[in-house]
Amino acid sequence: MQAAEQKVIKVKQISKFFGDFQALNNVSIEVGLGERVVVCGPSGSGKSTLIRCINQLEVHDGGVIEIDGTTLDGSRNSLRAIHANVGMVFQQFNLFPHLSVLDNLTLGPVRSGKVTQSEARDLAMNYLERVRIPEQAEKFPAQLSGGQQQRVAIARSLCMEPKIMLFDEPTSALDPEMINEVLDVMVELAESGMTMVCVTHEMGFARRVADTMVFMDYGQIVEKSDTDKFFRNPESDRCQEFLQQILPH
Amino acid sequence: MNKLILVVVAVLLLGGCSDDWGWYVVDPTTKQGITNLKFLASGLYYTVLLSVTAIVISVITGLLVALPGLSSNRYLRGFNRVYVEVVRAVPILVMILWVYYGLPQLLGLSMTVFWAGVIALALSDSAFEAEIFRAGIQSIDKGQYEASHTIALNYVDTMRFIILPQAIRRILPALGNQLVYMLKMSSLVSVIGMQELTRKANELVVTEYRPLEIYTVLLLEYLVLILIVSAGVRKLERKLKTNQRES
Repeated sequence: MQAAEQKVIKVKQISKFFGDFQALNNVSIEVGLGERVVVCGPSGSGKSTLIRCINQLEVHDGGVIEIDGTTLDGSRNSLRAIHANVGMVFQQFNLFPHLSVLDNLTLGPVRSGKVTQSEARDLAMNYLERVRIPEQAEKFPAQLSGGQQQRVAIARSLCMEPKIMLFDEPTSALDPEMINEVLDVMVELAESGMTMVCVTHEMGFARRVADTMVFMDYGQIVEKSDTDKFFRNPESDRCQEFLQQILPH
Repeated sequence: MNKLILVVVAVLLLGGCSDDWGWYVVDPTTKQGITNLKFLASGLYYTVLLSVTAIVISVITGLLVALPGLSSNRYLRGFNRVYVEVVRAVPILVMILWVYYGLPQLLGLSMTVFWAGVIALALSDSAFEAEIFRAGIQSIDKGQYEASHTIALNYVDTMRFIILPQAIRRILPALGNQLVYMLKMSSLVSVIGMQELTRKANELVVTEYRPLEIYTVLLLEYLVLILIVSAGVRKLERKLKTNQRES
């Protein structure tokens, strides 16, 4: 019973269609509090769609998703559950270009009525320190490097103090030399006990932080296992093949 | 092009020397000329007041019409389409006549010339503003809405703090264009007796019988007014651009 309560994300047999294309086919997954899940798979396999359904950027067509015990049904209540619990980092950062870094961070907390402007400022500076760019607070996103922008995006999400962080290929749009500065921040976040679901091809990162590995293909979860087992001895042929293709020789 | 302008100016100046011309009516060195010029310029107040009031109302209305056009609800989108298509199809002069002579009868209330002019101009222009806003808002990346969702902003906050500030920067040249257009179109309100620049010129022509000279002054009044407005809009564009510091 206690173990069941610990599951902050419950995805039960969801499906998602884009027109005739089935992006998700009967996908089920549960994520416990503090668990780190890395989702991998070829492009078009539905991994992004899966995490986008978890915070309802895409509305699933069938099945049930529960976040922290609340069923996501498009109601105000379920929206509140998402806003209170789930943060997300995008491949393209999606910072607000017309706002300073600080304003990017404080807008959400202030508008949701959680904190005053000055409290939000302290909160923002605190998280900017954590992602190691407090000196960029007054700058605008376009003045920062890609790696810095992504770290601002992570800090922006953290300012909402979510229980769960979703990462949708956070390093895929970065120049190679900037990937590590973002991964370092993510590793620290994982070590602090954050519940994380990451879609990424960074297998070094996955090995280091993931508790559970998920491999998806054709809109289905093909394999889900402990990280050690996943890398040492993947069960399915399709997964073995995929790992061989992306792991360094 | 430059040569053409020189020729036109030369002809005007030379013409001024001939007896057929009557620049005396607007000669600032004579008392009568000063009086006439003051009379012509006295229309400026209403031209500006009318245009500015109308553009403010029109921008707000345009935005309120544009937003339903971006909805996923097809009835709201339908409202947007019908409004834009119908309003856009009415000539401005017809709109002015209809609002001034027709609308009071329909609503059973009287309307001043000023407000009839404002409503007619604002209504006509709002359809264009709506399309400008729609294009501007649609040009904003989907990721901006998604990021707003992840930091718990509701629809109104997302529009107010994220989408519109960016959209307005992009559509500023088009909005400036509409303001210029509005200043020019306000001349049509002279037909219902609004005491603005064009009406004043018409009245002076009737007493002085000097249409060429008086209408030339009128033309220059609009030219100066609009050049000032254009410069202002450009300045605003530059200011907003440096604020965003986007390359």
